[in-house]
Amino acid sequence: MKKFIGLFCFLLIIYGVLMTSQVVGMVNKQREAGASSIDWARIEKAVIDNNYNLLERVGLNGIVCLGAAILIISGGIDLSIGSVVGLSATLLAMLLRNEDYGWHPVPAILVVLLMGSLIGLINGLLVTKVRVQAFVVTLCGLFVFRGAARWVARDNVKGLGVQYDGLTEVLYKSESLGLPRSVIYFLVLAIIAAVFLHLSIYGRYLYAIGNNERAARYSGIATDRYKLVAYVICSTLAALYGVLYLMKHNSAQPSSDGNFLELYAIAGAVLGGCSLRGGEGNILGVFIGTAILILLPNLTNMIGIPSSLEYTVIGGALLLGAILDEVLRRFGTVQK
Amino acid sequence: MSELLLEARSISKSFPGVQALKDVDLRLHRGEVLAVVGENGAGKSTLMKILGGVYTADAGSILLDRRPVVVSDVDHAQRLGIALIHQELNLAENLDVAANIFLGREPTWGGPLRLIRRRIRHDAKPIMDRLGLDCSPSKLVSDLSIGRQQLVEIARALSLKTRILIMDEPTSSLTQRETERLYQVIRDLKRDGISVLYISHRLKEVEAIADRVVVLRDGRNAGELKAGEINHAAMVRLMVGRELTKFFQRTRGAPGKRVLDVHELAWSGKTGPSINFTLRAGEIVGLAGLVGAGRTELAETIFGVRKRIAGSIHIDGAPLRIRRPKDAIRAGIFLVPEDRRTQGLVLAESVRDNLSLPSLDRLQWLRLVARKREKQLADAQVKQLNVRTPSIRQTVGLLSGGNQQKVILGKWLARGPRVLILDEPTRGVDVGAKTEIYSLMDQLAANGLAILMISSDLEEILGMSDRVLVMHEGRLAGELPRERMNEERIMHLATGGAFK
Repeated sequence: MKKFIGLFCFLLIIYGVLMTSQVVGMVNKQREAGASSIDWARIEKAVIDNNYNLLERVGLNGIVCLGAAILIISGGIDLSIGSVVGLSATLLAMLLRNEDYGWHPVPAILVVLLMGSLIGLINGLLVTKVRVQAFVVTLCGLFVFRGAARWVARDNVKGLGVQYDGLTEVLYKSESLGLPRSVIYFLVLAIIAAVFLHLSIYGRYLYAIGNNERAARYSGIATDRYKLVAYVICSTLAALYGVLYLMKHNSAQPSSDGNFLELYAIAGAVLGGCSLRGGEGNILGVFIGTAILILLPNLTNMIGIPSSLEYTVIGGALLLGAILDEVLRRFGTVQK
Repeated sequence: MSELLLEARSISKSFPGVQALKDVDLRLHRGEVLAVVGENGAGKSTLMKILGGVYTADAGSILLDRRPVVVSDVDHAQRLGIALIHQELNLAENLDVAANIFLGREPTWGGPLRLIRRRIRHDAKPIMDRLGLDCSPSKLVSDLSIGRQQLVEIARALSLKTRILIMDEPTSSLTQRETERLYQVIRDLKRDGISVLYISHRLKEVEAIADRVVVLRDGRNAGELKAGEINHAAMVRLMVGRELTKFFQRTRGAPGKRVLDVHELAWSGKTGPSINFTLRAGEIVGLAGLVGAGRTELAETIFGVRKRIAGSIHIDGAPLRIRRPKDAIRAGIFLVPEDRRTQGLVLAESVRDNLSLPSLDRLQWLRLVARKREKQLADAQVKQLNVRTPSIRQTVGLLSGGNQQKVILGKWLARGPRVLILDEPTRGVDVGAKTEIYSLMDQLAANGLAILMISSDLEEILGMSDRVLVMHEGRLAGELPRERMNEERIMHLATGGAFK
């Protein structure tokens, strides 16, 4: 509990500093340009735009962080998320393009999502039935699916051109209630995930499996089945990200789309309180973790740290979080 | 008698919750083979670990060559000439024989690496010859049989100029021939003036090899047998023989009809003939035997944790297909496992969550957890079993052993078992909780439950069981009805003896 309050405060602080530095920066720039009075309207618009932009990215990234979190809570891991994203975006682009297959969007999107689920099923079966380590299985997936994406597209960039501008508008680029589409999707999914994890019996099973798989099995839980479900969920959400990614960028680059995304997904989950040991984490934490991961680079940029250090800052935050977590845990037991 | 080499006086050692050794004395002479025997938990391993430097005694003194020493760690013990060979061998499997023998003490003079390896192999040869280890020094340890691996461990001890060799259950993984060879090696070591401390449950072997036997019981000296006095019956008599405290209730009546039938059961890795037995409603059947006899494996096979390779299991006469715990649970067979922390409980979660875990499919509404009913169940179990916890939200890992055990029992009782298998139900449990658990078991049996109780505590077996099944090395060595149950007979069966 304390951990989440701490994380949330950290997020608020980052957000606060970010907003402040943006405003202050703009004010200073105006002053330097010799303005006599501050153009608040312009500053307001810039802040709102930045917020919107950040929110859109949090919503989008949140989707894979959700999937990763659910899987990590159950004790699993998926390193192939990024490659599944690349494959999904590429495949969807090819299915939609008139130059390639020219399918109707609805079946195209469904097929891509189904493929994601299938990949999750394969991952899960390899882990539970063949008993290969999850790290190894999904690491192989990382390579295999990336290669598949590149091969399917013959290493070409697949652009949608203007054919689907209406679709991308509807599915991704427009807003409702002042919120970007990705946030709506994320909220809906987060609520479903929260009900699943925190209110349903399946969530209880997943936490038990993540905490102590043996004891869960000894208690009569079909551990293999539920672990499988977690893998399917993670990969399906990765495929969904791929679909939305294509809608956002209007084109798919099979060799690079989604690169490193699994690391961000895992980092978001871990920053939000999931332990890689399994059995720990919650949905609110996923949101916080994702937000911190998006805001932090933006913040460092704003306050003048060179963007080349972006990765370092993220890594540093992750490490700090892990150390604090361990310290809190030790301190907790000692106190007792 | 040759000169006194090692003397341990009044050694005491306790661990949280248990007094492992109290005022134990031991004398070892040069060139003597001294066997240390006792039941599970008698303190043999603890004493050997103290001598070998793994533990330090809380009280008492050790004299080597009549001079007091304090064995601070394993390295120190080795420098004093005491080497401990564990039951699970400590070899680096990916290295060769010679490397293992000199592991940690490789000659480090200058010169290329190859030369040093040659030197190691060269130095290993005489030691290996002495033990009759006839393979090449560059043979990988992982390619050797267990018998040979053990000889490598002994070779390592010898290269350390060991004078006292402590061997803990050395023959548990050996074939008959390898055991004979080990005896020969021990006799040769004796002749060279090396003393051997030999722990074993296999009293026949002790009869074959020991010059003297020291018996421990409940962490204290129970007696000594000199050459000529050493025989199976005498050892058993000293190993047991406590008074039974009267804290076992019996309110249950005679057993009812058959509930569980086990026919010709075998599991992967099991030795000996298949297992057959029956459990009736309302009875508590004890399952006794030494560590490694196969009791837990039997329980795990019935429960579906371990793969059954032969035989069948029946409830009320109807055969069951048990492939995983879920199947056994559906049939009403529940297991309270031996290791409650890793198998019985999800330590990081609350009392309530642990209690409800196997019953969640009955505590749901549209697959959502029915919180109110769950709380009722948890409260009911805590009350019925008298689980001492500040609240049902308490993390179960913070409870005492006895209360943790009650939580495990509670989670099963909430589901209405027909057969309850308890594996060491009161291990690490304080006396107060023990009595409560015994009384609970009696009540459950009185209500028609069939209970199979695996225990290494003979007092418990004798106090609680309506009859006892005894296992020895993977087979059912025998069954004793209540009238014929006593410690000597049980130990006799457990150590490989038989009754006409």
